[in-house]
Amino acid sequence: MDIYTSLCDITGSDYVSRRQEEQYIYSRDSGAQPPRRVDYVAMPGDAEEVQRILMLANREGIPVTPLGGGFTLSALVVPQKGGIVMDMKRMDRILEVNEISRYALIEAGVSQAALRAYLKKYHPRLQHSTPEAPPTVTVTGNAIIQGHGHLTPRYGLNSDMVNGMEVVLTTGEICKLGSAAVADFWYTRGPIPDLPGLFIGWFGTTGVVTKLSLKLYPRPQYRDVVVFSSDDIDAIPEVIFELTQLDLLEDFFLIAQEKPDWMNHIFYVVILSAHFEEELAMKKRIYREVAGKIRGGEAVKPVDDLHPALRTRFLDVPPKAAVAADFRKGGGFQYSAAILPFDKAPAAWRKGIEIAHAHGMVASYVHQVLTCHSIMFGFNYSFNRADKADIEAARQAVDESNRFTLAIGGMIWKGEAEAQKLVMERMDPNTARLIERIKKAMDPKGIMNPGNWEAPR
Amino acid sequence: MKYEELLHRCFRCGYCKLTDDYDGFNCPPYMKYRFESFSPGGRLWLTRAWLSGDVETSERFQQILYACTLCANCVKHCIFPFNDDIVNMFIAAREAVVEAGTLPPAVRDYFKALQVHGNPYKEPAEKRGDWARGLSVPVYDGHDYLLYVGCVGSYDERGQKIARAVARVLNRAGVSFGILGREELCDGNEARAMGETWLFEDLAKKNMALFKARAVKKIVTLDPHAYNAFAKDYKKLGADGEVYHYTQILAEKIDALRPLLKACPATVAYHDPCYLGRHNGVYEAPRKLLAALPGVTLTEMDANRGNALCCGGGGGNFFTDILGGGKDSSARIRIAQAREAGADVLAVCCPQCAKMLDDAGKVEDPENRLEIVDVAELMVRCLKQDETP
Repeated sequence: MDIYTSLCDITGSDYVSRRQEEQYIYSRDSGAQPPRRVDYVAMPGDAEEVQRILMLANREGIPVTPLGGGFTLSALVVPQKGGIVMDMKRMDRILEVNEISRYALIEAGVSQAALRAYLKKYHPRLQHSTPEAPPTVTVTGNAIIQGHGHLTPRYGLNSDMVNGMEVVLTTGEICKLGSAAVADFWYTRGPIPDLPGLFIGWFGTTGVVTKLSLKLYPRPQYRDVVVFSSDDIDAIPEVIFELTQLDLLEDFFLIAQEKPDWMNHIFYVVILSAHFEEELAMKKRIYREVAGKIRGGEAVKPVDDLHPALRTRFLDVPPKAAVAADFRKGGGFQYSAAILPFDKAPAAWRKGIEIAHAHGMVASYVHQVLTCHSIMFGFNYSFNRADKADIEAARQAVDESNRFTLAIGGMIWKGEAEAQKLVMERMDPNTARLIERIKKAMDPKGIMNPGNWEAPR
Repeated sequence: MKYEELLHRCFRCGYCKLTDDYDGFNCPPYMKYRFESFSPGGRLWLTRAWLSGDVETSERFQQILYACTLCANCVKHCIFPFNDDIVNMFIAAREAVVEAGTLPPAVRDYFKALQVHGNPYKEPAEKRGDWARGLSVPVYDGHDYLLYVGCVGSYDERGQKIARAVARVLNRAGVSFGILGREELCDGNEARAMGETWLFEDLAKKNMALFKARAVKKIVTLDPHAYNAFAKDYKKLGADGEVYHYTQILAEKIDALRPLLKACPATVAYHDPCYLGRHNGVYEAPRKLLAALPGVTLTEMDANRGNALCCGGGGGNFFTDILGGGKDSSARIRIAQAREAGADVLAVCCPQCAKMLDDAGKVEDPENRLEIVDVAELMVRCLKQDETP
């Protein structure tokens, strides 16, 4: 039986394609990376079908790339070596919400939109940390690429919110990780060896996550935003430090763009939430007081006349950040996502503007503060998908940003293939070899999203 | 291709597939096929690829293009400034396919029937007015309104029943109206939707000339598809005159109708037809009628008004069935949504929706717990004694 027929036998022919149309769509994403070959697209309906596909691929030595929402913008789930794209979105059941212990057990294809709507309808006192990405992206995909969401400043990265997983190994074993490995409940990741870590940040190179247990959090009734503005780039680390000392905020990001002129400032956007109106009022008052004392009141100014549209945009969960793709009326957007210590932000801020201008772009920034320790600094580049030179300029801008990030001691989040190479070249050789050994142990034939996290030769 | 300059601006972020509050997917072809190629963004990217030669004409490409119901959920929910033109881009792509002569057989057959017979049912024009037999429905002769029935109302058995109900209620409401009967022509909405713009324009011009010759000032339509054509597309070709859907006329007459109504207890959910709702913003008139029916309790499906899920018949699929059925078809999902809303009646005001949902109900609701009824049919049930033949 040939590969196509075997896949049809597993999922049913409606959910397998080797047609040019699906090959075209799955061979590229919405970022600036060039298209790459796809041979088959398969959409499994459950873990057993995932298991059978992996056993087939392992037997035949065919690469498999698991795909969630497909919106990394860095082509992480566009195969580098052809083979099967395993689109997980048919596995879209919300299996359990344990309200008292605050966790949800979901299949890997559940979208942010679906979980959000489900919680709103059936568990309105709970919420999950929702990324800035469009609501069609999957919860699992975001968690296992170490994504962050609107609760990250308070509770940590979305990958830190993983309680456990069901995974399928390339050799076909289905494993439960976390407390579900021992008991019938999915409420905690430990205290046993942290096996979910073998599937987080690995970009699908170690196996396929089919279920995820995710922590849920209280959903306060009241939310509001306080915004401060500044033109003092050098004050950024201190302002972030002081505002995160309070431990009272829900979300915290920095935003700026050169056009229109009134947006050409550093805006510190602090989202506050509370269970009581008085609590919210108190938090707003405290943040204003604290901000007003930074550098003797010279560092930032409160923005009292926030435009209603901006207020909505800041409070939206998720925010409609995708609109940036139309800045150049071209449907293209990619960003180099640097994870930086706070004190590196000023240098990155200046460099990002320099890179944008060098490529004829208007600089625009959205940076999310990740808990109290680091910032996701987005070097954002919109481009015109119809203009090859513009696409190439965006790629170069991303590459220059990546190199700069590494040069100042930063890390690159969900980097495209070239960025991963840069990271691996700088990586401690023993660490790189450890990664290689783990991959080899997990995936002896190297079929899982090959090309990612490869040690330099 | 028209709108070609916009195709590349789609980011494929996927808001277009959702509802306002992201409650769920709401794009019929995407819900059925689940491949990204069947999403609005996938369709736009593939159209661009087809124009540039990166994707060749194929049965699959035709299926992707024509499985779209043009329901305009994408128009409503896309976050980009070109959102208003998304359906126009799909129609333009179909025009390009028509121009290239690479039509799916079902679409080709539809056009052929329309060209040869003047209707997709391949029935003679003489039979167009047969639905009104036995009713007091005059041929239009300077009445206040021309009742335009359309092909489905004229020839389809289910559509004919709805046409008769509409005529009865209009009569009871004291509305002065007449029909064209055998002289009525197809409105061409589906021809335009499927990319035969030239055929559509030909029909539009003939209809406009006919309306002018008959001195028609006001048209009331049975079918939201015809309403859409007359209210939007004919206007662009220079048509004047007022156009209404029958629910709008009856909603204005509701006070006159109230004394004629008796109780007909039912829990009713209303299904917004895309061509009445999202395409033309008519959401309240049908609800006003239903709310006025004694004994009727209105319930809303979560997906209502601008978030309503299409029945799957739009964009020509009522005739071509390129979208296809099955458990993930939007018609079956819509039946389940109505049941979830606690309805025992699903009210529609479009003969195409009625038939699509009827068919879906046979599979999804074999015990007939949910009845599919046109608003006009429900009103006829509630009319005290219908003395009008």
